[in-house]
Amino acid sequence: MGRAGHQTYVFERPVGIRTTGVVGGVKEAEGPLAEYFDRLHDDMRLGQKTWEQAERTLLKEAMDVAMRKAGLQKEDIPLYIGGDLMDQLTTSTFAAKSLGSMFLGVYSACGTTVQGLALAAMLMEAGMVDRVMTGAVSHTYAAEKLYRFPNEYGAQKPPYAQRTATGAGVALLEPGAGPGIEAATIGRVVDPGLKDPFDMGSAEAPAAASTIVAHLRDMDRTLEDYDLVVTGDLARVGLAFAKQLLAGQGWVQTERIEDCGVLLYREDQGVFAGGSGAGCSAVVMYGYVVNQMRQGRYRRVLLCGTGALHSPTSVKQGDSIPGICHAVSLVSTGFS
Amino acid sequence: MKPKDAKATAAQRAYRERVVAARRSVPLLGNGLRAFMAGGALCVLGQLIQGIWVRILGMDNEMAANPTTATMIGFSVLATGLGIYDRFGQWAGAGSAVPVTGFANSMASAAIEHRAEGLVLGTAGQMFKLAGPIIAFGVTAAFFVALVKTLWVMGS
Repeated sequence: MGRAGHQTYVFERPVGIRTTGVVGGVKEAEGPLAEYFDRLHDDMRLGQKTWEQAERTLLKEAMDVAMRKAGLQKEDIPLYIGGDLMDQLTTSTFAAKSLGSMFLGVYSACGTTVQGLALAAMLMEAGMVDRVMTGAVSHTYAAEKLYRFPNEYGAQKPPYAQRTATGAGVALLEPGAGPGIEAATIGRVVDPGLKDPFDMGSAEAPAAASTIVAHLRDMDRTLEDYDLVVTGDLARVGLAFAKQLLAGQGWVQTERIEDCGVLLYREDQGVFAGGSGAGCSAVVMYGYVVNQMRQGRYRRVLLCGTGALHSPTSVKQGDSIPGICHAVSLVSTGFS
Repeated sequence: MKPKDAKATAAQRAYRERVVAARRSVPLLGNGLRAFMAGGALCVLGQLIQGIWVRILGMDNEMAANPTTATMIGFSVLATGLGIYDRFGQWAGAGSAVPVTGFANSMASAAIEHRAEGLVLGTAGQMFKLAGPIIAFGVTAAFFVALVKTLWVMGS
């Protein structure tokens, strides 16, 4: 079908997720989604010297798991598209170096997972490659060090803050595999003018609402056409605002909208409003959501990767926090 | 309305108002009470330690002030290294940040965090990342207070 409406592309070739690799850390292991991880670590350093190296190890392990499940070797992966939260995407770069494949680094903060998935499917649609690995990763201590304060510094966080997830999730895309990628909606940058870097969910919510509405209009659908709409990561605060904004525009069936940052942790885990970070949506979407689609619980799911596109420098210079959201519609194989 | 806000659209402003209204969920009273208790407790601990120094070394109260501060800094750095102080800080807020233990924590935590970037540019270079502003403003304030006092003494 090709282009639909203003922001959406509907795929013609059947491309889907063949295998996934999902690796997590300590809090993720204690959370309600622990069973959907392929590997969980109780050592936050993963035997490495630095948090940054630990993050790379997470991603490399997720890649290895996805390849092993498919019975493939490194040489069989022609292209990796992925991103993380580190300066200049060093985590993804070093992991891609050890993979040895072609590499495209992408960044949409917490929405990186879905951006990578959309681009991967489009490159396969264009016939450039027959197989793509795509994913995202984050490590809570590496992110804390880069974006906030030293980890051992005793700063008090507000209840609307989010905890960066420690985890990596990758998906291996192949023609004919399932769940299939049906359509992708690329988001616009939406800036509500908020400036509190602890409150990313509120900054991202208008972007999420904008892209979800764009997707539904372009596809001529309603929220009820989806068994699940999953945002990642608005957490509790942002999810409530996104639902309000959608309802305010007449999209009132918001009860099937859930959020990766809310799903990943229990409320009593000391994670404030919920999870965030590129790895949060990666592990929930590629771990939990894909699994539930394979189990037949969901037939059509809209993955909405939401990101807060600020940097530590832009925040210090008094700039607002712009948000973005990209959406990919997944369908169970044999269902259209 | 501030001139900065003139650029914001009506929708942006309405949304921002809703977000700020929701932020009232920050428990100001509870945070203030905990900060008061934690900060007070740290000061009581300092007082006890000062008492010990006076007793053991036979110092007077003024002489014991420096070893007391050093002991508190030692405790804070140890708690930082053991990964306790950041949790205490989340609970206590300003109560853990304002006393000298908070200053020590800001230096020790930055030193630990940036050790991986080397002893010179990492630990030594980044150690004052959070403490730097405190020193800069502290020294500047002290200079002006001392200036006023000096002029006062000269004038009288």
